[in-house]
Amino acid sequence: MTESGLQPEALPAEATPVAPERDLFSKFDPLLAERDALMSSGVRDPFGIVMEQVTSPTTAVIRGKETILLGTYNYMGMTFDPDVIAAGTRALEQFGSGTNGSRMLNGTFRDHVEAEDALKEFYGASGAIVFSTGYQANLGTISTMAGRGEYVILDADSHASIYDGCKMGDAEIVRFRHNSVEDLDKRLGRLPKEPGKLVVLEGVYSMLGDIAPLREMVQVSKKHGCMVLVDEAHSMGFFGEHGRGVYEAQGLVLGEDVDLVIGTFSKSVGTVGGFCISNHPKFEGLRFSCRPYIFTASLPPSVVATAATSVRKLMTAHDKRARLWSNARQLHAGLKALGFALGTETCDSAIVAVILQDQAQAVVMWQALLEAGLYVNVARPPATPSGTFLLRCSICAEHTPEQIDRVIAMFATAGQLAGATS
Amino acid sequence: MTDRTAILDTLRAQIESFNKKGIEVTEATTFQGDLEWDSLTVMDFVAAIEDEFEIIITMNMQAEIETVGQLADAVEKLKD
Repeated sequence: MTESGLQPEALPAEATPVAPERDLFSKFDPLLAERDALMSSGVRDPFGIVMEQVTSPTTAVIRGKETILLGTYNYMGMTFDPDVIAAGTRALEQFGSGTNGSRMLNGTFRDHVEAEDALKEFYGASGAIVFSTGYQANLGTISTMAGRGEYVILDADSHASIYDGCKMGDAEIVRFRHNSVEDLDKRLGRLPKEPGKLVVLEGVYSMLGDIAPLREMVQVSKKHGCMVLVDEAHSMGFFGEHGRGVYEAQGLVLGEDVDLVIGTFSKSVGTVGGFCISNHPKFEGLRFSCRPYIFTASLPPSVVATAATSVRKLMTAHDKRARLWSNARQLHAGLKALGFALGTETCDSAIVAVILQDQAQAVVMWQALLEAGLYVNVARPPATPSGTFLLRCSICAEHTPEQIDRVIAMFATAGQLAGATS
Repeated sequence: MTDRTAILDTLRAQIESFNKKGIEVTEATTFQGDLEWDSLTVMDFVAAIEDEFEIIITMNMQAEIETVGQLADAVEKLKD
């Protein structure tokens, strides 16, 4: 279209100003004003952090200061694994820096297939499809699996990519109260029997770090004749005997209880990308129908090579798994003892969320931690449930117990400063 | 009392527990503009209405409903 002849001869000397009511940017006014007010109170921008150097899976240099990373989702610490880096380097040299194309055309190289094979082995699945991001894996799978006249039933606290997958597709969307088996049952009971239904669940909900009662939810879903998709983005590698996720830890079986599992390469695997796995005999049909899979460029060869190597190493990463859980329990217990309100009563996952009163308290405390040499995530509505403000910690297998001790000490000081501990 | 009047009465009663601004509720009252409900309030309110009438108002339908009158229409249709 760039060579279309229908173009004005010349632009006017001065552009006509757009009236405020027609300025499409006006909708950002409240957001920009809120941000200006926050910034003018003298705090640093929680959404503008730059890692100048990354020195290990658990440390980086931010504004010249060595900082402990406690908000990266690098659960298994695979980003600096020598085998993973070697695989990526070899692929970069042998296959070049990128694929230039769609998986469906020129964008499938040896290591895309290799990454899918590694996933099939990891999950004991007959099918695996690798997407360019975890977001696209949810977007593509949900919007393609449930069509017009069919239903998607989702948890109210679902990740944005699940909501967006629903919005993109043509199915009817029904949501139920977060982690409520009773509410799910009630809502499924009110839907017409005939149409196909997909219940979308998450193993770990990433804002508070709470886990889903998947066993009960799957039982209810199957009773009503639904298929089940579980997003295990925040559990891969350290839940269940083979590290397959919360569904495995709760004794559920792929192909019997769970029809589709969504995952990501950007957390435990330590690179970027997303995937869907299944044991369904017609699973490949999804690949040929899924727009977020087809109409985008595939991952660079170095990325899929690192992913394949990392996934295979995660199958036997028992020591890392034990260290991760030990670190998570140490942090959860330490912060609880200090009197912080936490997202979960017990240490249920590798996410520990500190619940704060409001944005000002969250940002004051976040900044105090950063200046002391600790990076955590700030989370605010609408990403958080019930309008809460959170400081979220995600723990890494490569944190040392000494680092966790230092983290707890930094929280003690910052919590007093912000008036967040009782 | 017609079915629709009964529905509207029930809707008004349910709205009251979420009507923090004390707005007078008519069929033309909008949930977002007049009542200024955020997405969390909408969700709780919709769940209460669904339970009251034993129906499901899908998110697709919710996107089309702006006023109390439109909600009454939707409930009337769904109850059949």
